[in-house]
Amino acid sequence: MSDFDSIVVGGGLIGAAIGYGLARQGQKVAMFDEGDNAIRAARGNFGLIWVQGKGANNPDYAAWTRKSARQWHEFSQELTELTSIDLAFEHNGGFDFCLSEAEFTQRHALMEKMHSDSQGEFTFKMFRNDELMKLLPNIGPTVTGASFSSWDGHVNPLYLLKALHKAFKQLGGKLITSTVTDIRYKGRAFQVSTDTSAVACEKIILAAGFSNKTLAPKVGLKVPIYPQRGEILVTEKIKPFLYYPTGFVRQTDEGGLLLGDSHEDVGFDEGTNINEMQQIAKRATAIFPCLKNVKMIRAWGSLRILTKDGLPIYDLSESCPGAYAFSSHSGVTLAAVHALDVASYVVKESSLPSSLECFSAKRFDV
Amino acid sequence: MFRSIKHSQGELITIYFEGRALSVSKDHNVATALLEADINGFRKTTLNNENRGPYCMMGVCFDCLININDVDNQQSCTTQISDGMKIKRQIMNTPGKDE
Amino acid sequence: MNSAEYDIIIIGAGPAGISAAALADQHKASVLVLDENCAPGGQIYRAIEKNQKNENEWLGHSYQDGLPLVEAFRRSRVNYQHSAAVWHLSSDKVVRYSVNGKSHLVKGRQILVATGAQERPFPILGWTLSGVMSAGAAQILLKESGVVCENAVFIGTGPLLYLIAHQYISAGIPIKAIIDTTPRGNYLRAIKYGFGALRSIKSILQGWRWKREILKSGTLYISNINGVRINGSDSVESIEYFQKGKWGNISCKHVFLHQGVVPEINTSLSVGCDKSWNERQACWTIDVDQYGQSSVEGISIAGDASSIAGGVAAAQRGSIATLNMLYNLDLISSNDREILSKPFKKKLSKEMIARSFIDTLFKPHLRYRVPQNSKTIVCRCEEVTLAQIKESIGLGCKGPSQLKSFTRCGMGPCQGRLCGLSVTEILAKELKIGEEQVGYYNIRPPIKPVTLAELASLDEF
Repeated sequence: MSDFDSIVVGGGLIGAAIGYGLARQGQKVAMFDEGDNAIRAARGNFGLIWVQGKGANNPDYAAWTRKSARQWHEFSQELTELTSIDLAFEHNGGFDFCLSEAEFTQRHALMEKMHSDSQGEFTFKMFRNDELMKLLPNIGPTVTGASFSSWDGHVNPLYLLKALHKAFKQLGGKLITSTVTDIRYKGRAFQVSTDTSAVACEKIILAAGFSNKTLAPKVGLKVPIYPQRGEILVTEKIKPFLYYPTGFVRQTDEGGLLLGDSHEDVGFDEGTNINEMQQIAKRATAIFPCLKNVKMIRAWGSLRILTKDGLPIYDLSESCPGAYAFSSHSGVTLAAVHALDVASYVVKESSLPSSLECFSAKRFDV
Repeated sequence: MFRSIKHSQGELITIYFEGRALSVSKDHNVATALLEADINGFRKTTLNNENRGPYCMMGVCFDCLININDVDNQQSCTTQISDGMKIKRQIMNTPGKDE
Repeated sequence: MNSAEYDIIIIGAGPAGISAAALADQHKASVLVLDENCAPGGQIYRAIEKNQKNENEWLGHSYQDGLPLVEAFRRSRVNYQHSAAVWHLSSDKVVRYSVNGKSHLVKGRQILVATGAQERPFPILGWTLSGVMSAGAAQILLKESGVVCENAVFIGTGPLLYLIAHQYISAGIPIKAIIDTTPRGNYLRAIKYGFGALRSIKSILQGWRWKREILKSGTLYISNINGVRINGSDSVESIEYFQKGKWGNISCKHVFLHQGVVPEINTSLSVGCDKSWNERQACWTIDVDQYGQSSVEGISIAGDASSIAGGVAAAQRGSIATLNMLYNLDLISSNDREILSKPFKKKLSKEMIARSFIDTLFKPHLRYRVPQNSKTIVCRCEEVTLAQIKESIGLGCKGPSQLKSFTRCGMGPCQGRLCGLSVTEILAKELKIGEEQVGYYNIRPPIKPVTLAELASLDEF
């Protein structure tokens, strides 16, 4: 007799979205989350719901991303109704800047490819500097142009996580703050142990970020992931001036700016590197020179959970049916499909659809 | 009521608070100058539109932020006044809200 | 630039910093002092050079004690950079600082963090209203600009509160009321350290003198209360205090709050120094050995920046730290370090003896450290109330970092300086675990806000 229908290991954006999705389907769910000092990719978040550029070389991933973007509005509304938390969700499109003619040409080609790969579903528009000025009056003169897609949007990622946890709790989900040390598959059920106790469940979903790497083999899966650091600078609150999210600069609903980003190979170091911070500041002030006298008040480094090909992992165990492992570095964009679709697959189909088969970690076995 | 207890104020200069001319001792920082002029509240907070003024006077609390010569977020307690300085209250609107 | 420009870089020009600098200079070390203020003295001896005239005698004797220190500092050959805000300190001893909107970087062989103390937060209902300031702010207004506030209400506990009240009364400035929040039980608890207190009878007597003077002046003095709050819609209109089962009301326009000082720990934490919770002082302290050496090689902490002990103790610790740094730099032998540090250590232990007594006597009541009323704002910058914090704890937040994520507490420009302590204690009480286990915000650079232009234009290192 199981204590829970499902257990989700990990309370970050993937875990909490799945947990909420399962509870929403009426399952009795427990979510395991580590303490305050855990590495949390969910904390390091720009807040973008980004479609342009994603899956440029993998139409399946691009389609999956678009599916989530399409459902975000409904997903956000439901969460707000349930929890009274306003996610500050906006879906009016976004820009990715090109800082040279070569970049612009490359970007244009990429956008065209995504457009044709999606049979015209993905749409975009290229803007040159003078055209950009009409929508982004503060754009700097050295910005060659940008790609714009109405598919893009943004949200407050911290409120999103909080709302998912609150909704999870409201729907009867149980949060257990403890580190999972062992998982055993016995008699078509799973025994999940911590240092102090053990609980049983019929289905287990591993969404524990880097811990997935060590937990997955316990249920016959593998999750080959590695950390990549991205740094973000946060500025003081200023008067609203940027009404669209962009890949490098985003003004939050509270008025502060998030400036990104970097791609660093530093193992599990969540600190900051002054040279990277400088690059980010240089780029941000080139894009919007009006930010020169705005002050940075915080900076942090966060670890992206990456696979070799940059695509997510969705896997169902063959040796331990009922065990799933999910990993992605786009926890915000994919939150809608995680909560609405993936949770549904787990509950109803007891399997993953063929459209997600390509994201199995088996693709790394060559 | 803030007032000076010095025998002599020393040299005075003129600064402007929202158009109003103030004659202030040139050694003052902006916060002190405004407190002496009985200005109540230097800014409104972003979220709840609360009226805030200086708290610590030593650059730690960031509550004394004010607009100086058209630049927002200046810490008035660590900024010296200068002749002709134009100061006004800082009011941040949340994006999307109509105030 | 990969080589150090200075033997020692000192951050802060209060008693610890300037004593350290003068001594290092005497031993021919090259020294750079970076001071956020525009003149040496820190907060305790702030503006001491311009307040030398007799008209300011009522500032108190202990204030004048700082003058010889500042004079010795000025006579030395150290490179003194005033109005410098240090915003980045790295473990390879590079310091980045901003002067007049332009940033610079410099490398030292040894670093001394002497950034001193800050006021303990005083989170009561209404503490964010315009018109409420700290007693330290009143001191700064007085010392720096000769400005006072008439008919204000002073609320709190601690020597600094009595000092400013004494200064006001001596100068004939009317005070509306003094609300003393010293917990009655503290007097009995402090007697345990009475023997130690007798060794420092001078400062104890001074305190009693000031208190008597307050009572003699006819200023309304209220003590033994069980709660206090500040009322007003747009600014302070009145204060209320709870005594003998009912609320008393005093109308006023200005309030000065004070309940002790705590170390300014952000600078030390940003470079990775270890910290510990001090139960007696109810605050975080930076771990240092007997010479002020922190857990990060080449970085020492002196004065109130590591743990609160007052201005005289700070001067000793600054000197002791310098001797250790000189030893690290091979400028003096270990034997010299022992011998030369003896007089400073002796004076320091004298200061520390009265410390337990003072700490215990003036330890603020828990109700003023962990707010009672849910509507109380805990994080001033982000306007986060106790109610929101409790809600997030209910959602599973187990520490300051998660709390930050869920509430934005600690994300503002003050970088947690005015809410961090409260958050640690609130979490400890709600989760029923020790403060050491709760921990503190993850402090990262910048240590102080810095413009993007300055960050972008700083020379590559």
